[in-house]
Amino acid sequence: MSIQQTTIQALGELFSDQASAENGAEKEAETGGEVDKSDQPRQNGIIEQDYRTKGFHLDVKISADQLVRASQILFELGYFLESITGVDWIKEEQLETDYDFSRYDFDLCRVVIRVRTPRTDPHLPTITTVYTGANWHEREAHDFFGIIFDGHPHLIPLLLPEDADFHPLLKDFKA
Amino acid sequence: MSQPIELQKDETFVLNVGPQHPATHGVLRVKMTMDGEYIYKAETVLGYIHRMHEKMAENRTYPQYMPNMGRLDYLSAMAFNHGYALVVERACGIEVPERAEYIRVITVELNRISSHLVWLGAYVLDLGGFTPLMYCFDDREQILDLLESVTGSRLTYCYFRFGGLYNDIDDEFITGTRAFIIRMRKELKMYAKLVTGNIILMKRLQGHGIIDKDMCQRYGATGPVARGSGLNYDVRKNEPYSVYPELDFDIPVNDGCDSYARYLVRMEEMEQSLRIIEQALDKLPEGPVNPEKKPKLIKPPSGDYYAAVETARGNFGIRLVSDGGKNAYRLKLRSPTYSNMHLFDEACRGMLLADALAFMGSLDLVIPEMDR
Amino acid sequence: MSLTLLNVVLAVFIAICFVGANAAYLVWCERKGAGFYQRRPGPMENGWWGLLQPPIDGVKLMTKQLLIPGGVDKAIFMVAPVLAMFPALISFVTIPFSDNIVAHPIDVGVLVIFAFAALGGMSLLVAGWGSRNKYSMISSVRAVSQTVAYEIPLLITTITIVMISGSLNLGDIVQQQLDGFLSWNVWPLHKEVGFNLLMPVSFLILFVCSVAETNRAPFDLGEAESELVAGFHTEYSSMGFGLFFMGEYANIVIGSCLITILFLGGWSCPFGDLGIFPFTHNVGWFLLKIYLIIFVFIWIRWTFPRTTIYGLLNLSWKYLIPISLFNLLLTAGLLKVF
Repeated sequence: MSIQQTTIQALGELFSDQASAENGAEKEAETGGEVDKSDQPRQNGIIEQDYRTKGFHLDVKISADQLVRASQILFELGYFLESITGVDWIKEEQLETDYDFSRYDFDLCRVVIRVRTPRTDPHLPTITTVYTGANWHEREAHDFFGIIFDGHPHLIPLLLPEDADFHPLLKDFKA
Repeated sequence: MSQPIELQKDETFVLNVGPQHPATHGVLRVKMTMDGEYIYKAETVLGYIHRMHEKMAENRTYPQYMPNMGRLDYLSAMAFNHGYALVVERACGIEVPERAEYIRVITVELNRISSHLVWLGAYVLDLGGFTPLMYCFDDREQILDLLESVTGSRLTYCYFRFGGLYNDIDDEFITGTRAFIIRMRKELKMYAKLVTGNIILMKRLQGHGIIDKDMCQRYGATGPVARGSGLNYDVRKNEPYSVYPELDFDIPVNDGCDSYARYLVRMEEMEQSLRIIEQALDKLPEGPVNPEKKPKLIKPPSGDYYAAVETARGNFGIRLVSDGGKNAYRLKLRSPTYSNMHLFDEACRGMLLADALAFMGSLDLVIPEMDR
Repeated sequence: MSLTLLNVVLAVFIAICFVGANAAYLVWCERKGAGFYQRRPGPMENGWWGLLQPPIDGVKLMTKQLLIPGGVDKAIFMVAPVLAMFPALISFVTIPFSDNIVAHPIDVGVLVIFAFAALGGMSLLVAGWGSRNKYSMISSVRAVSQTVAYEIPLLITTITIVMISGSLNLGDIVQQQLDGFLSWNVWPLHKEVGFNLLMPVSFLILFVCSVAETNRAPFDLGEAESELVAGFHTEYSSMGFGLFFMGEYANIVIGSCLITILFLGGWSCPFGDLGIFPFTHNVGWFLLKIYLIIFVFIWIRWTFPRTTIYGLLNLSWKYLIPISLFNLLLTAGLLKVF
């Protein structure tokens, strides 16, 4: 079984109570990037993407409380964390946080985990307990988007000045 | 030898290494809590050269943003060019002519060698040996001259275009590069004699700065740092892009996990880059360097795209979120030393200051790339 | 008595000139040497082959502002550079350049040199402490442990020579090495002690120790610029720095004088006294020998990377001291036998 299938199966545990949603998501794989355009918000679930056009294999959307479990599953499967970043969907009043995972071995599989939080009060659990290296990435996301990572050991500005209280990558940021 | 005593938590003082310190090679600041000359913990303070390149991407059109790539990692600018070109080409579905792909590989690998040469010189300088720096810069000068003749700049290259290149290479460049390969092979032998086998250097590097596989995975270390810990990971092989699959080269891996292992990996990488350049020059096809049909306005369809390349320091990832407009909606730059430097705190605890700075040098830091 | 005093004053004056000129032109040699090892010409702009570079550098150093940072211990801070320069100057008084060129032949000349060399170590401590800078502090602590560690084998090796010669007078030590280069102390064959294989090793120990004592690469841990910025003279500017700089080069000259006198026969001609000018015992041979040793100092500095402090201390305590002690015992035994 390819690593992609193994990962889908392992992550499937998160969506066991919403199997129908997952099936719906699988079907959407055909249309690929069209998801964001649809008016309805995307359901939680896994989408297999075309690597050649998108650059990653699995596109996973989960809710905030599943985040630590999901990263644990990926850690046990041998994934490493590449980066954590945010996207400000200002029209939908939501902040998306993307976690990029990749592998050290030759079973190529890139996984993106997306979590959406309300824009006004973005709270996420920290995954520094699983990936120590998430520390700086989370601090950076906090700097740029104001996402608060609950349980983070040292959530102070990293790239911005120590006293920075602004978040420059928010779309309504005015310099 | 590196952990002989139990460190006393309450008898420490704080030593500020940087932001202006000869060993940090840039404006990096490390707040070291020391017990005598032993490091109790080290907190890195970044952001002294933070320029918010990611916000700039949202205010510029795609071609306008290309020059920023040279300002991220000034030593390995060509690979950053490649990463950005790759993600936009992937998003817009632009085909790159074969000749352009080969020239891209040649220039990227030349740039990789020049980056490693700066690292080698600066690293031995960190260890107190001044002379290799001059030899390395002498060799690097040859590369800069070659690249200047085709790209027009010596350091912050902006040579790649979406789907092709700014300029085709000429015969002078090809003969110059071939001559350089012969010269560089001789020089590498000289470095092996002068530096690699030096007993003081070996004593200072072997067994210091241990990074194991688990630590690499937890921190997401890539590049020579991961390969020095026995991980066979190189984006050029693991996630083949451009024409790398058609070229025959090896990925040097060393199980030593210490500073010396990382040192050996980089030295071997220079040899492999020479092999790649040699083959690419042999296989170089005729043809145009820019695609015949290319969209006038770069407007990737909405969605998100990812591309990764191997720079001299590791895995450079670039995530592009497009809303279909002529500016990127969000562009995330995943720089390799950001993750590599992060493990410094954990790995350096209990080390002597001198060893810790030798360890920091073995991570090959480029500060503008970390701070972005 | 008054004549001796005059002698000393004159000698110190000449020594200052000698040390000043030496320091200036050793820097030039060092830079040219570095250039030679690094495939570049070195200083070329001022004067023929950059020969005017040292005086111009001197003028630059002297005209710069002498900056005293706030918070330093002013008295100690100002005293330190003088302490670095002064012992080196005094040491020149006892050094015999040839059988008649010596300022004041003291019978305990060896002791005088070591006593003042210890003061030199003191200046590093004082400079580091007075600067109130953490890097300087670490550096001075390093420098003191380094000085202590390397003074011991240096002294033991010297005692070995003193035992062979039976004199603490530097002139007398040379007098016994005048019969051609085979009579030099560096060779294992010697008329006093018969056959002692460890003598060349002792010579190497003395050489290593003088590199360490003068804080030269690869033992320049005191000022390790990539770790401690500039070590004990981080906070010094203008002539404060200049004095440290000159003190370092003066110490190099003294170190190589000592090596030459103790092991390489001082002003003796390597072929014995042949009676025709260059081949007599004269000061030219002495200068030739010390500059050869200085050349090796420079050569080593531009070739090797720096050791670490524990590597340095290990070398001294684990290898140099036991070997030199063993040689001391062996020499004593051989002296008894022959």
